[in-house]
Amino acid sequence: MTDIRYLAPRTLDEAVGAFAAAAGGARILAGGTDLLVQMRAGVAKPGTIIDIKKIPEMTAIEDLGGGAFRIGAAVSGAVLAEHAGFRKAWPGVLEAVNLIGSKQVQGRASPGGNLCNASPAGDSVPAMVAAGAVVTIQGPNGRRELPVEKVPAGPGRTNLTPGEIVVSFTLPARPKGSGDAYLRMIPRTEMDIAVVGMGVNLVLEGGVVKAARVGLGAVAPTVLLVEDAARALIGSRLDDAALEAAAAACRAACKPINDKRGTIAYRIKVAGVLLKRTAAIAARRAGGN
Amino acid sequence: MAKIHVSTTVNGEPVEFLCDASSSMLDALRGPLGLTGTKEGCGTGDCGACSITVDGRLMCSCLMLAVEAEGHEIATIEGMAQGDKLHPLQQKFLEMAALQCGICTPGVLISARSLLEKNPDPTEEEVRFGLAGNLCRCTGYDKIVRAVLETAAEMREAAR
Ligand SMILES: Cc1cc2nc3c(=O)[nH]c(=O)nc-3n(C[C@H](O)[C@H](O)[C@H](O)COP(=O)(O)OP(=O)(O)OC[C@H]3O[C@@H](n4cnc5c(N)ncnc54)[C@H](O)[C@@H]3O)c2cc1C
Ligand code: FES
Ligand code: FES
Repeated sequence: MTDIRYLAPRTLDEAVGAFAAAAGGARILAGGTDLLVQMRAGVAKPGTIIDIKKIPEMTAIEDLGGGAFRIGAAVSGAVLAEHAGFRKAWPGVLEAVNLIGSKQVQGRASPGGNLCNASPAGDSVPAMVAAGAVVTIQGPNGRRELPVEKVPAGPGRTNLTPGEIVVSFTLPARPKGSGDAYLRMIPRTEMDIAVVGMGVNLVLEGGVVKAARVGLGAVAPTVLLVEDAARALIGSRLDDAALEAAAAACRAACKPINDKRGTIAYRIKVAGVLLKRTAAIAARRAGGN
Repeated sequence: MAKIHVSTTVNGEPVEFLCDASSSMLDALRGPLGLTGTKEGCGTGDCGACSITVDGRLMCSCLMLAVEAEGHEIATIEGMAQGDKLHPLQQKFLEMAALQCGICTPGVLISARSLLEKNPDPTEEEVRFGLAGNLCRCTGYDKIVRAVLETAAEMREAAR
């Protein structure tokens, strides 16, 4: 192997500078659980690797109060799981992040890597979409913000422009009566790729849904925000008719592929089933808050 | 390209080594550091044979670059026994024959120790989920799971 250059800058400006200067020849390294596998398979052949974990902002978890959080893009699942305040405010996002791989993979895998790897089946992404997370991005032209669902462009592709790095995820404050949940369907009991991934985030007031967001993964080229499903839930008491309407909206949003894990028909059916199950868990959590 | 110099701590001892930027931590352990207890099964994060801890956290050494070890604390299977005294997990794996060919065993032990540090009283299901990142082609897992549960019970008893 012709060898590569390894950089571990301490500031974001240095990282962006080096990333932009490499003009496509560099890759960002967070946990490496996708990147190193791709390099080993010869799919990724970077000339330079830019490790972002020495940049404090990338590995920080900031409690902004009222359930709002800013999470550095390179925070590992294991570190996030140890944050009691985050676990209480965003159990659905946490369970999605913690579904990524084994305990060993959790020691490294980050939500930023999961998003930027841009697999349609990335587990943390539907939960982040449901949460209404906004990502902060820094590039050669400065900072900008994007709703998380605007980042993936297709399998393995993002809307980041050359030299841009995802810095953090900002999750909004939690009104009283909030709850979120994430469920995925996999053929095994653990360590597998989602056939469908479903994130639901609800705000209830006196049993009535005041706000809802639904994120749907593994059934289209990118993770989807299913606004029709949210509309079907808002104003309802999560009665059977509302849940069925939301499930139908999820089924309608699916544009899945056939593969060894699931057929098109199966994925579409499961999307509806998971909407109902995930909403039930989110509602139960909302009731306790 | 010139080799990179890395200073780190392995099993409590400060060490230094030279590596390529693309070398994995697993390559460094088994190569310049001469610690061959950590095994390579897949090289892609699936089997857990290469499990180590970094600053106390469980990771696959095949999915970490050797240069990333700079300034961190690495723990491998070689540091699990205290001299001649085996760790209770190691002792129990021998007693209960929780291994056959043994290639997965160092990784399983590192992972089981990490599990028991976080959860000294796991259920069988928690042990099975906790060790889901460690594949074993020989034992069918049952002996491994029973040995971990038994060790956990004895360690709790000893800590009383
Ligand atoms: C055994 C195993 C099991 C797995 N199981 C699952 C699973 O169940 N569910 C799942 O969703 N995934 C799974 N994965 C895939 C992987 O672990 C996740 O996608 C993980 O979240 C990637 O995070 P990372 O920090 O390791 O990313 P890295 O590998 O460091 O990066 C991934 C990609 O994103 C880019 N990148 C990373 N951070 C940034 C940033 N801040 N800005 C711009 N670009 C960036 C990198 O250049 C690279 O292209 C598994 C992987 C393995 C090896
Ligand atoms: S060799 Fe690292 S997980 Fe298999
Ligand atoms: S004992 Fe042979 S692989 Fe586990």
